[in-house]
Amino acid sequence: MITQDKLKAEDFVARTGNEAVAEAMRQINPDVVAAYPITPATEIVQIFSGFLADGLVDTEFITVESEHSAMSACIGASAAGARVMTATSSQGLSLMAEVLYIASGLRCPIVLAEVNRALSAPINIHCDHSDTMAVRDSGWIQIYAENAQEAYDNLIQAVRIAEDQEVKLPVMVCMDGFIISHGLEVVRLLKDVQVQRFVGPNKPAYSLLDVEYPITVGALDFTDFYFEHRRQIAEAMEKAKTVICKVGEEFGVEFGRSYGFFEGYKMEDAEYGVIAMGSTAGTAKVAVDELRKKGMRAGLLKLRVFRPFPVTELINATKGLKAMAVLDRADTLSTNGGPLFQEVCTALYAEDHRPKINNYIYGLGGRDITPFDLEKVYQELPKLAAGEEKAKPRYLGVRE
Amino acid sequence: MQKVFERPKALSDKKMHYCPGCTHGIVHRLVAEAIDHFGLQEKTIGVAPVGCAVLAYEYFNLDFQEAAHGRAPAVATGIKRVLPESVVFTYQGDGDLASIGLAEIVHAATRGEKITVIFINNAIYGMTGGQMAPTTLPGQKTTTSPYGRDTSRVGFPIRVCELLNTLDGPAYLARVSMHDPKNVLQAGKAIKKAFQVQLEGKGFSLVEVLSSCPTNWGMTPNQALKWVEEKMVPYYPLGVFRTPEEVSSCDA
Ligand SMILES: Cc1ncc(C[n+]2csc(CCOP(=O)(O)OP(=O)(O)O)c2C)c(N)n1
Ligand code: SF4
Repeated sequence: MITQDKLKAEDFVARTGNEAVAEAMRQINPDVVAAYPITPATEIVQIFSGFLADGLVDTEFITVESEHSAMSACIGASAAGARVMTATSSQGLSLMAEVLYIASGLRCPIVLAEVNRALSAPINIHCDHSDTMAVRDSGWIQIYAENAQEAYDNLIQAVRIAEDQEVKLPVMVCMDGFIISHGLEVVRLLKDVQVQRFVGPNKPAYSLLDVEYPITVGALDFTDFYFEHRRQIAEAMEKAKTVICKVGEEFGVEFGRSYGFFEGYKMEDAEYGVIAMGSTAGTAKVAVDELRKKGMRAGLLKLRVFRPFPVTELINATKGLKAMAVLDRADTLSTNGGPLFQEVCTALYAEDHRPKINNYIYGLGGRDITPFDLEKVYQELPKLAAGEEKAKPRYLGVRE
Repeated sequence: MQKVFERPKALSDKKMHYCPGCTHGIVHRLVAEAIDHFGLQEKTIGVAPVGCAVLAYEYFNLDFQEAAHGRAPAVATGIKRVLPESVVFTYQGDGDLASIGLAEIVHAATRGEKITVIFINNAIYGMTGGQMAPTTLPGQKTTTSPYGRDTSRVGFPIRVCELLNTLDGPAYLARVSMHDPKNVLQAGKAIKKAFQVQLEGKGFSLVEVLSSCPTNWGMTPNQALKWVEEKMVPYYPLGVFRTPEEVSSCDA
């Protein structure tokens, strides 16, 4: 366990989310980074290329012509046995979509730093979760951060999770564009040796040009075995749940900050809850504190891991709630609510005692969300619990 | 009193956001002059790139469509095929055209699409903060090549006009430069010619414009223009690479 005297003043530094993530990449010292610039993720790889030029890492850095090629190069490098990383955002992630499925299908443990940004059209560079939600079924693990510290910690853990023998799946480490990527915060960085010891060496089970075990990567797979191979990805996702928790706990033991699927804020005795992802969780905590002062038993459930989706843990965490609101920073445009809402409803459907659930789609294209907005969300919940309001997806903070 | 100089009608009154000394603004003006010259304001559609010129639609008094990064030639193809009587042009940077959108430009050119492409080669990704582009010169410092482009590691620049000149599809290919007034006038002529080729139905036309990015090059506007002249022009020779013989001479 970390003791107070270990928390030396010099451990605390001021870093933006992008700087903190670039620092983690330097400490991890991956074998290969292939990337193409895009706002607001550009800085990550740009700072990293500075580390490379200064001889602080010995990474093979490939400046490709597009994100499609960036991910393709990552897949080639990963299949060749390397530890591989990249970073992107928004349109860049969309352009990668075809090969994202190939990365997971080939079980390449690539780690991608994703800075959440809205998708075109209309063109917009600010935060929402449409980009990562659009690839939520691509077979990538998705971990979301509330702040720069979590983005840094998540990236380091992602390497362990991705490369675990039971998992062997790529991981997307997500942080909110500009709000986290460009916001300057106090961050506790680990020492290089601590990070290196924590991530350990990469031990690929198979790799190209292992002459003892010649292999083909990505062979045709028709009606005979395709289904089994896809089924194995689902199984790896199931196993990843244990690994994510194990790695998060171990991180806590080593460095004093533990991680699981959720962070519950004042959830112990909460009657009314909000579930949210990313930086909005920080805003919601302010609203919870205000509402507690006014006598409402409000709580917040911050979801850290969206893929795999922690069904059992969600059921347990929401048991005591009378009503909850699901906050989605993306829309499915299905007229049936946001992606998180759909997951939550599906997860809780079979339970006899479940809270009433409402859905708010908010913050698209960087539209600000304030503690005041969130208080209003909470204040609707008693009416929902009492049956005075019908649950339906709503839009928060939009001009109608 | 006789008016000897005025803002082209195809250019809006909007104040441009470009950095001081950036040549994007001059090229916008040359394009607008060409459109005025042929009286095309009512029938021209522009396709804006993703890059510093992402807001080009604000600066022209023309209909515009925004394309995804690199896809402008494909979008322009779609527009032109539906509205063959219209004049369609794209305005693209070197990241947009020569990097992520290289497939689109090559295929639009080889199909001989009757569109005009204004290609801004400033040897860098301007908008995202000065990373190495496919057009970055050997040894040139950028944020992703802080000690200069090392060709043994990252390869060599792409000469777009020469590359497209290997195809049979294009009708007009020219490279011009923004480094002094004489060359700016020359560039204006080339841009007019490119539109004329489209107007006469001769096929695909592209003008590559050697431009400056003082901000990301870390230079004053004057130093940047000198750099275009002394470093870029020798690597990217100016001239007309392809022209249809039978295009009627334009008086510009
Ligand atoms: C698919 C995708 N990848 C990356 C980006 C980010 N991006 C925006 S502009 C740009 C480069 C622009 O450079 P250039 O085309 O040379 O134009 P300039 O800004 O120099 O005028 C990049 C990489 C994007 N918008 N979409
Ligand atoms: S960054 Fe460069 S290309 Fe972009 S407006 Fe400024 S000077 Fe022009």
